[in-house]
Parts: sequence; C-alpha cells; structure tokens
Amino acid sequence: MKKWMVVFLLFISLQAMSQEKIEITTDDYQNSSVEMADLMRSEGKIYVLVGIIGIVLGGILVYVMHTDRKISKLEKKFED
Amino acid sequence: MRAYWWKILAILLLAYTLIAGLLFEVPRLPILNETIRALYFHVTMWFGMILMLIFAVIYSTKYLRSNDLKHDDIALEFTNAGLLFGFLGIVTGMLWAKFTWGAYWSGDPKQNGSAIALLIYFAYLILRNSLPDVNQRARIGAVYNIFAFAAFIPLIFILPRLTDSLHPGSGGNPGFNAYDLDSRLRMVFYPAIIGWTLLGAWISTLRVRHKRLERKFEDKLINQL
Repeated sequence: MKKWMVVFLLFISLQAMSQEKIEITTDDYQNSSVEMADLMRSEGKIYVLVGIIGIVLGGILVYVMHTDRKISKLEKKFED
Repeated sequence: MRAYWWKILAILLLAYTLIAGLLFEVPRLPILNETIRALYFHVTMWFGMILMLIFAVIYSTKYLRSNDLKHDDIALEFTNAGLLFGFLGIVTGMLWAKFTWGAYWSGDPKQNGSAIALLIYFAYLILRNSLPDVNQRARIGAVYNIFAFAAFIPLIFILPRLTDSLHPGSGGNPGFNAYDLDSRLRMVFYPAIIGWTLLGAWISTLRVRHKRLERKFEDKLINQL
C-alpha cells in the first residue's frame, strides 16, 4: 500500500515537474520540434560564418577609420 | 568631432552584435526558425534610421533659428545616412518577408507606410538639389524636412497599428509584447541599435566634415580672387 502511495505521489510530482518543463519549453528555448541550424552549429561551421561576416564588417570599419583620418589631416592642413 | 571614444564604442558594439547575434541562444519559434536573428540586423536598421532622422529634424529647426549653414549640413547628412539605413531596412525586410510571410511584398500596412515615407524623403533630396542658391536650399530643405518627419512618424508607427499588420506590435497591440522580445533577445537587440546608430552617426559626421572643408576651400578661392 505504502509502495503504491509512493508511486502515486511520484507520478503526481513527475507530472508537476513535466508541467513546469512545459512552461519552460513554451519559453521556446528548448523546443526541439522547431528546426534550427543545430547541425551546422554542432559542426562548428557557424564560426566560419562569424569569421567571414566579421572580416567584411572589419574591413568596412577600417575603411571608415581611414577616411576619418584623411579628413582629420585635411582639417589640420586648413587650420594652418 | 575630436572625441573618438564613441567610435570605438561603435566598433565594439557592432562586433558584439555580430558574434552574439549569430551565436547566442534564441527562442525556437516555428516559421521564424533561425531567421529570428534578423531582429539584430533588420529591425535595428529602422531604429537607427529613426534616431538619425530625429537628429536631422533637431538640426533643421536649429538651422531655421540660426541660419547657420553648419546646422543644415548636419541635418542633410544625417538624413542621408538615415535613408541609407531605411533603404537597407526595406530590402532586408523584403528578403525576410519572402521566407516567413511568403512574398517579398504583401502590401502590409507597415511595408507600404515605410515605402511611402522613404519616397517622401527621396523627394527631400531632389527638392534640395533642384535649388541652386545655397541659403534657399537650406531654408526650404529644413522646412520640408520637418514636414517629412511629421509625415514619417504616423506612416510608420501610427497607421500600421490601426489595422491588422503582419508586423509585430500591430493590430491594436502597441509595442513589443512578450512573444516578440524577451530579456535574452533584448540583451543583443539594444546594443545592436546603439552600435548601428553610432556607425550611421560616424558616417554622417565624416560627410559633414567633408562638406565643411569643401565650403572652406570655396571661401578661400573666392577670397583669393
């Protein structure tokens, strides 16, 4: 009898826990039924992408910085 | 112009946007899937554009009060950079829409509104260039810019909310609700807005400085004659 009681309580608590879990999964972070690029991430190819976009962004920023410096130089020339 | 800390901040924030935007965990939502990350690149374009246009309007009113052409330069160049962002925003939006809403253009109120707003602003640039006199150009441009901004806000914020729209925050539900944004997305989203806006401001100030140099150069030539 006691054993069944434990099983029953455990069952209830499990359900309670699973309900909590559902609440978290509705938080949508663990919802694995939705397809994401998990394979790409597990293979680490995402870092290749980060690298490539990073290089492009970095190149553009360096270009802007150089333009900034050029204009600063011209401004100095004019002040003299 | 001499302070450069904010340029470094822009670089750092953009680097963070890229790395966190691609690598951090995002909610797994149907239809959106990984494209939810476009939030950091598409939506931020619009926020950056609006911030830059607000700045431009402030300087347009300043010009009308002071008649100082420097203020007009700032208004013009911030509008230019804002329009660049707006154009990128609309193109990225179309690409995103194709794969989530099913079509590049679905006549969504916000899409139409932002397209009209962009056209109003393009007219601003054409109007300016059609006036040969510098002072007249600045004056009429400033007045038009204020009116353009006054039309822009209802077109992009108010009208889409009065009807059903595919965009979030529409259909009588103003702002971002819990479904659209949570604290984890905000952790990247807000820095991204600041980063992109600072980049836009950087480019704008470069062009403002270039314009000032050009004017100085012209003055010098005239004085030499």
